[in-house]
This record gives sequence, C-alpha cells and structure tokens, in this order.
Amino acid sequence: MDEVSDPTISAPPPEGVTRRRFYIGAIYGLSATIAAALGLPAAIYLLFPPRARKSDQWIEVGDVTRLTANSPTEMTFRRNRVDGWKINSEKATAWVVKQADNSVVAFGPQCTHLGCAYHWDEEKTEFLCPCHNSLFSIEGKVLAGPAPRPLDRYESKVEGNKLLLGRLMKPEQNS
Amino acid sequence: MRRHWNSMSEWLDHRTGVQTAVRQFLYEDIPASSGWRQVFGSVAVFLFLVQAFTGSLLAFNYAPTPGDAYNSLRYILTELTGGRLIRGLHHWGASMMIVVVVLHMVQVFLYGAYKKPREATWMVGVVLMLLTLAYGLTGYLLPWDNRAYWGTVVTTQIAGQAPIIGPYLTRLLGGGGAVGVVTFARFYGMHVLLLPPATVLLIAIHVYLVRKHGVAPSPGDELLPKKQFFPVQVFKDTVAIFVAFAILFTLALMVRVPLEQLADPTDTSYIPRPEWYFLFLFQTLKLFPGPLEIVGSVVLPSLAILALILVPFLDRGRMVKVTRRTFAIGVVVLAAIGWGGLTATAIATTPKPQPLAEIDYSAPTDWMQLSPAEMAGVAYFRQEHCISCHAVGDDGAKVGPDLTQASIHKDATWMIQHFKRPSAMRPGSSMPPIQLSDAQLNSLALFLLKLNPNNATALGNAPDFATAGALVYQANHCSACHLVNGVGMSVGPPLNGLAQRRSRSWVEEHFAKPEELSPDTIMPPYKLAPKDLDDLTTYLLALPERGGGQ
Repeated sequence: MDEVSDPTISAPPPEGVTRRRFYIGAIYGLSATIAAALGLPAAIYLLFPPRARKSDQWIEVGDVTRLTANSPTEMTFRRNRVDGWKINSEKATAWVVKQADNSVVAFGPQCTHLGCAYHWDEEKTEFLCPCHNSLFSIEGKVLAGPAPRPLDRYESKVEGNKLLLGRLMKPEQNS
Repeated sequence: MRRHWNSMSEWLDHRTGVQTAVRQFLYEDIPASSGWRQVFGSVAVFLFLVQAFTGSLLAFNYAPTPGDAYNSLRYILTELTGGRLIRGLHHWGASMMIVVVVLHMVQVFLYGAYKKPREATWMVGVVLMLLTLAYGLTGYLLPWDNRAYWGTVVTTQIAGQAPIIGPYLTRLLGGGGAVGVVTFARFYGMHVLLLPPATVLLIAIHVYLVRKHGVAPSPGDELLPKKQFFPVQVFKDTVAIFVAFAILFTLALMVRVPLEQLADPTDTSYIPRPEWYFLFLFQTLKLFPGPLEIVGSVVLPSLAILALILVPFLDRGRMVKVTRRTFAIGVVVLAAIGWGGLTATAIATTPKPQPLAEIDYSAPTDWMQLSPAEMAGVAYFRQEHCISCHAVGDDGAKVGPDLTQASIHKDATWMIQHFKRPSAMRPGSSMPPIQLSDAQLNSLALFLLKLNPNNATALGNAPDFATAGALVYQANHCSACHLVNGVGMSVGPPLNGLAQRRSRSWVEEHFAKPEELSPDTIMPPYKLAPKDLDDLTTYLLALPERGGGQ
C-alpha cells in the first residue's frame, strides 16, 4: 500500500497531510484491531486442545499368571477413546512382557518410527518392525533401524492376578 | 530498503496490475454529498466476510448429520476454548447482517438512489437481501435442537402450501412432510455450498454496477467538485465497520446463545417459534384463518417481494431532495410500524417456557446440590422414621441427639456399625437397629455426615420424586459411569443439565434402548418398572445445570 501514502510525501501542504495521515492511520488501526479480535480467538479455538473430559481409567487387560517370563505376549483389550464429540469403544493391543524379576511391562503396539505394528521375533528374541526394519530389545530399547526412541509403555499395575493398564506414555514421560 | 520495496511492487504491478486496480478502486470519484449515510453497504460486505470466516471455523468441528450435529455443536460450546465466542459471532452476525442489509435498503429507498440508471443495482440488491434471509432459514436447522427442528417443520409446511409449486418445493426441501436426514443435508448444502458462491457473485455484480454508474448523487451535487473515495469515505466506512464489529463482539461475549434440547419429533409440548426477523411473517399467518391462510403464508410475501423488485419502475420521477420524498418516508414509517407491531404481538403472545412442573422453585432448592447417594440417604432417613426420635436443627426436644450437631459426627464406618447395633457403639443407646444393607446404610451415613444446621432444610424440602429417583439411581449403580453434582465417574456424560440437552421422552426411551438413540454408546439397556422410570427421569431432569465440584 506504499503508493497510497506516496502522494502525501510529494504533496506539501502540512495541514492536509496531517489530516490525511490521521484518516489513513485510523483505517489501518481499526482494521488491525478487528483482524486481531477475530484472528486470536480463531487461533485459540483451532490450536488449544479440547478440555479434558475424563480422568484416567485403569483397564483390566488380563491374567498375569498365564505369562511366562521373557516371552512377550500380545494382549488385546477394549478401551474407551474420546474422539472429538464421541467416545468410541475400540480394540487396543499391548505387548506384555513379564520380566525376570516378575515385574510386568506393557509396550504400546506401534513402532516409534512411523507407527507401523511391530511383532516379536521368537528366533532372534527381538521386536521387529517390518516397515523399516527397526529392532527393539525385550526392554524396548532401540537395537537397530531408524526408530528415534525406545518403545512407548503403558502405565501399568498388577492387582491380584489382574493386569491393569492406564495411559500410553512416551519414554520421556516415564517415571 | 525502501527502494528495494518499490522495485518489488513495480515488478508485481507490471506482471499483475494489482496496484493499479487498487488505486483505481480507491481514487474513484464520488459525489460531494457522500458521507456517513453510504456506509451500510460496506458494513454488510464486512459482516458477510465475518460470517464466512466464523462459519468455516464452525465447520472444522461440526458433523453435518442430525444427532451428530447436536453433539458436535455441544462439543464446540463446552469442550473447545473460544468455541462459544465463535458460535456467538456467527449467530449474532446473522442477525446483524439482516439489520444492516435492511438499513442499507431503507437508505437507498429513502434517497431514491434506485432511479435510472441504477434499477439493476437495486434489483440485484433485493436478491442479495433474499439470499441473506435464505442463510437465516437454512442455518436455523443446523444446531438440530428442538428450536431448529420445529422451526423448520413449520417452514417446510408453509413452502408446501404454495399453489402449484407446493408439492415440488416440499420434495426439493427433502421431505415427504417430515424433517429428517434428507432435509438436513439439503439445508446444509444450501447454507455452505450454494449460497456463499451465489452471494459472492451477486456482491461482485452489485459493486460493479455501483462503480459503473457511480454513487448516486443528491440533487445539487452536480455543481460541487467531486470527492475521492479514499481516504475520507474509506475512513467513514471503516469507523462504521468497527462500530458494527464492536457491537457484534460484545453480543457474542455477553449474550449466551442457547442450545436447546436435542431435536425430538415426539415432543408434543414444544412451541415452535422462528428467529426474530421472521416473527412478523409468523404473526401475519395468524391474521388469515382457515382457507385464507395461504394469503398470509404465500400470496402476501410473494407480492411484497415483487413490489420490492419493481420499486424502480413504480417510482420513475426525477431525483428530488430526501426531505421532499414524503411518500417514500411514509412507506418506510408504515412498514416499520407494521413490522414492529407484528413482531411485538408475536413476542407478547409467545408462552413462557414452563419449568419442570414437579419442582416448587419458590421453596428452597438446596436439595438439588445433594449427590445421588446422599439423596438416597434422605430416602432411608424418611423410610426409617429417624425424625420421630431425632431433631434436625429445630429446637424440639427429642429422645435422640440433634443430628446436625457436628460433635456427634463420626466417620462412615463407625456410623454403619452404629446403625447395625446401636448400643454396641454407644452403650446405653435405646435406638433400635436399622435393617438395611451396607450400601444403603452407607448412603444414610453419607447424608447424615453432611448435615449441618444450614442445610438441614434439604431434608424437609427434597421432593418425593427426587428421593425415590435417587434410590433407583443407586440400585442401578448409575454412578459407576455418570457424574452428578461432582460425584461419580466420567465414563458416560455428566448428568447435570440433562434437562437442557434432552427431552423427557428421549430420556425414558434411552433407558430401554440406549444403542438406538445414541449409536456409539456403551450404556447397557435398563428395564425399569414404570414408577421407577418415572421417578428416576424426573429426578435426573431436575438436576441443576451446573453440579457442585465442576
């Protein structure tokens, strides 16, 4: 819009200039105010996460006595997932490992590279992702391939013989 | 830096001509008499842009099918930050747009600015006004609440009354009489796919025609030197736009746009009313009873539109000063009185929505704040006639202690043991044991522990349906999934404010067939005895909109 103010520079009368400047300044100022008053709420509306609707729940996944130590088992369970304005009941899976000290770890079922489903290779005793050949150890550590971080883990606890899973945590959130 | 900028803008102008075009647009000559009265057109265009912007934002979080539409709009209003503001802007923007478009039209009409050679500009303007009304009509259905549904039922029925084309119109609106998925899809398609490009096109033609013929001069203007559109008139337009925006923003912030109950075609108690700018048409209908109805519903509105379009051909006299256009002023005043009278009558004759008949709002309603378990405790308290031996805050001397005294409050475990074997926990007590299950005794304990002299009135004023309903609620373990007054789980939706969201018949039917009414639900069906169903439903619908702890 430079050409609009150009005539003011070349036109000398000082009184006309100030009045003209006032008009132009007001036009820009008012327009900018309106743009901000619309743009800011719009950005907040689109970028802020929805208000959390529910507290974390523990979901019963299965019986830990049927797990054998150091042999990962894929367990499926149903959980409720909030999807926008809906709550969907959907099938979910976890790779559950009973470790030597009898503690139980549950890994999220997706490779940390690009989200492919990995599986347990019985012979190599490693988790193998078929997409880009990422390899993970039984503790979830990256052994090879492009995966950027260890496998994600569910919050988990054992009550009696029941395994309960909570949220899926990324490694940096692990406590 | 500046030179750099200049050469860049020169390059752009040479390749696109955009700056030359903007300059031509801004330095257009306008008559000396132009001023504040010509700002309405610009304000209308601005409001259209606001509607397009906020409408797009709403569409990003909106599912355009019945049922989902309502839930997604609720999601926008309650879960998304700023959602209420965006919807408020869109809702009030629609009303303001109608106001501004009409003001624009009245201004042009009063000044006779439609006269030769500007007849086409006027006629395109009339069509633009009809489009604005069409937005209002189609957008009204999209929240899919009772207001939307019933308003549209009436509208589509009126369309069906039109002579000859009636049946075709009905079919075009997607109905064999009923408003359902097809009507909804067509209204949505009209609102977001057909009307916006049509409006943009007509605004372009309208503005082109204004530019082609120039802004209409007042008599006497010919002798005065012309003014330029920029910057003074642009400044005035901008100030008017800013004022309109400030009003709109304040309305959106301060006045909450209601979202009523989910549309319920079986709700026979609902009294449909159109949006305020259609109320005068609604009232006109009442002036023509029986077979004459078609006069009010179709004939008169059609004639009025025809007359509006033909205004430039009905009044072909020379341009005169606005103060001498007494006939035009008279027409506007008469129209305003007629419109105002009809609208006021319609508002005055609209019955006030009835609050739930069972609730006595004149009495204290602190019972509404109790949790369902506490409310069930009230039921047991009454059932076991505790009041015959205990005082609750009143000063009558009774055998047992005053239950509102904090000094006798122990923990719930102690209380439950005491209820079972009173003398074991408090030697010498002459209280008989209470024969109830542990869960029931727990409710009683919860309620008694909450008692204090200030809330003891809840005991007296909790209506029977509430205590009975809370018993049913407890027996069916509703709190394992639902939240009431901050107590319970949040697997299912919180039940506070249910009355604002769902109708009675919907709630009752939902107990029996949850998966039919909300397809994604994980709620199991409940077969309740008629009395239990009645009490539970009444209790849930009586819950306050905002429960404690939220």
